[in-house]
Amino acid sequence: MAKPKVGFFDFTGCEGCQIELTNYGDADFLELLKHIDIVEFREAMSEKADHLDIACIEGSFTREAERKRLEEIRKRADIVIAYGACAATGGINALKNHTTDFREYVYGKEAGSSHLQSNDKALPISAAIKVDYNVYGCPIDKYEFLHIISQLLHGETPEIPTYAVCVECKRNETICLYELGEHCLGMIALAGCGAPCPAQGVPCEACRGFVEEPNEESLEKVLQSAGLSKERAQTKSRIFTANMRSEA
Amino acid sequence: MKKRDLKINVHHLTRVEGHGNILVNVKEGKIEKCTWQVPESPRFFEAMVRGRHYSEVGRITSRICGICSIGHTLASIKATENACGIEVTEQTKKLRRILKHAENFDSHILHTGILVAPDLLGAPSVFPLIESHGAVVATVLRLKRLGHEWGSVIGGRTTHPTTPVPGGFARTPTKDELKELRMKLLDRLPDLKTFVEVVASIAGNFPTFDRATEYVAVSSDDEYGLYDGFVQTCMPDGTKERFAVSDYRQVTNEYISPNSTAKYTKHNLDSYAAGALARFNNNFDQLHPKAKAVAEVLGMKPVVTNPYLNSAAQVIEMVHSFHESVTIIDELLGDNSYNVDEELVKPARFNSGISTVEVPRGILFHEYTYDKDGMCTGGNCIIPTNQNHGNIQLDFEQLLPELLQENKRDDEIRLAMEMLVRAYDPCISCSTHYLDVKFLH
Repeated sequence: MAKPKVGFFDFTGCEGCQIELTNYGDADFLELLKHIDIVEFREAMSEKADHLDIACIEGSFTREAERKRLEEIRKRADIVIAYGACAATGGINALKNHTTDFREYVYGKEAGSSHLQSNDKALPISAAIKVDYNVYGCPIDKYEFLHIISQLLHGETPEIPTYAVCVECKRNETICLYELGEHCLGMIALAGCGAPCPAQGVPCEACRGFVEEPNEESLEKVLQSAGLSKERAQTKSRIFTANMRSEA
Repeated sequence: MKKRDLKINVHHLTRVEGHGNILVNVKEGKIEKCTWQVPESPRFFEAMVRGRHYSEVGRITSRICGICSIGHTLASIKATENACGIEVTEQTKKLRRILKHAENFDSHILHTGILVAPDLLGAPSVFPLIESHGAVVATVLRLKRLGHEWGSVIGGRTTHPTTPVPGGFARTPTKDELKELRMKLLDRLPDLKTFVEVVASIAGNFPTFDRATEYVAVSSDDEYGLYDGFVQTCMPDGTKERFAVSDYRQVTNEYISPNSTAKYTKHNLDSYAAGALARFNNNFDQLHPKAKAVAEVLGMKPVVTNPYLNSAAQVIEMVHSFHESVTIIDELLGDNSYNVDEELVKPARFNSGISTVEVPRGILFHEYTYDKDGMCTGGNCIIPTNQNHGNIQLDFEQLLPELLQENKRDDEIRLAMEMLVRAYDPCISCSTHYLDVKFLH
């Protein structure tokens, strides 16, 4: 069987998830290239391709002009993967979605110029095209990505955990941040990252998004019990999950 | 010179971070258009930090850039510390300096080894080089992995580091981890030497082009400016002037260009340059002796005014960061008071604060204001790539007539212009996002 042709594409984002691809080292990366052909990747190469077996799309959908580019990629690709938090959930870009004055705040009176246009809300790419699989996280976990690609190459359906980050902390025997007088979003955050942040003493910010049916009301109560003000408890989870909150 | 027509239309330039366009239109030998456009999708970070707690702001603005996220994190938490009256410990400063060196090394090997090398070796990307120059590609990938592991020991990870927070480190590396890092570094020293030799052997392929401009960089009395210091400018004749970080707006003078979603900057001249070459020109004397030796091999002495040599300056800095980090690690290992359980320094107040850090692409400024509860009420971030857009445009305006005068072929002109932009190592998603060349026949 010919090696599957894979392309990487970037929309609104920081391109950090693409950078993660360069962090495997020589052995793992050259091994990966024995199983897939990377045929299009603007950030790293000038070559272009027609048909793609797998398109990995990074970045969120924030400008109407991006819809056509997304549709064109969808037409060329058998499988579309939303690659990273911005593509999968809107990610950090959606943190401004609850505001209306963000254009004026950054660009002042020039904000109305056509070349500075941006939609009211930053959305996941699934708002524009059909997405087959999601690689969550800000940034992605590069080994989870290898696992997903490996499952696809073997004709399997990639398995993404559906449980909360708290489960991973228990498994790692990480002391709960609430025990240390801190706060954390681990109880409603989608797992799969291995919970590195709480292990390093920083709260989980739910960069992979929420688990299904998160109990936002309880979350607010728990956050308040950890000393956060009512307002802060209400807005705490907005950093990475703005499109998944009940206010969206 | 032939009275020729020429159209170049490079939409979304490849092998750069973010999106940019090059647009050229020459009619009967007359240049009608020669433009560097930045159409990256705007991201509005300054608006996003409003209403966020001081402990979260660094985690948010780290996401401005995937490649320089360590630098953005450090600039952000330093500005927050400045606003909160936090003075971090010497141990924290040393660890952050190692982290900063790791980022510079990591980003420079990516840029020179993966994005620029194909131009110097006549390939469209690194992938064909796996066949033709397999050993070199493997060396580059090992060095890239080293940069990643080096930064991860200190920062938790390199893309959006987790451990650096206002007041210090959420988790401090153990001495054993530092020892292991030292060993990893020294294990890769032969690879670094090989890489420098390869670059030296093809350095003749860097295009020759000179344009006198102003160079702006962080400068410090203590070290080759990266982690902290003054704002310094170096004029083409080598004259230098220093500014306090709090006066950064006097240097940056941001303005909005119709060609860009990113804001442009200028100071004494119509544009200035930031980045490795600007640091090299400002702070050459403070480079590690081994880095100076590489500069000599590459034939570089300040003031260097060929922007294509920014990539060469990056290689010199890789050697500097490598050896400086080993020195700092040795200092920490020899320090009996090294404290792996160091507590975070708590805020003394909440007010406004500014900081500057050199990220791989140049001088970066973050500024925030906090209310009495430590909630952010406003921010301003000035990104190095934005500071280079105006300089790239003026380089284009001198370069294109020179290339036309030399009767270069269309494809040669297009490549020279693409390579010029790549030399600046633009990080356009930082600055906002875009690079695209258009030639019209």
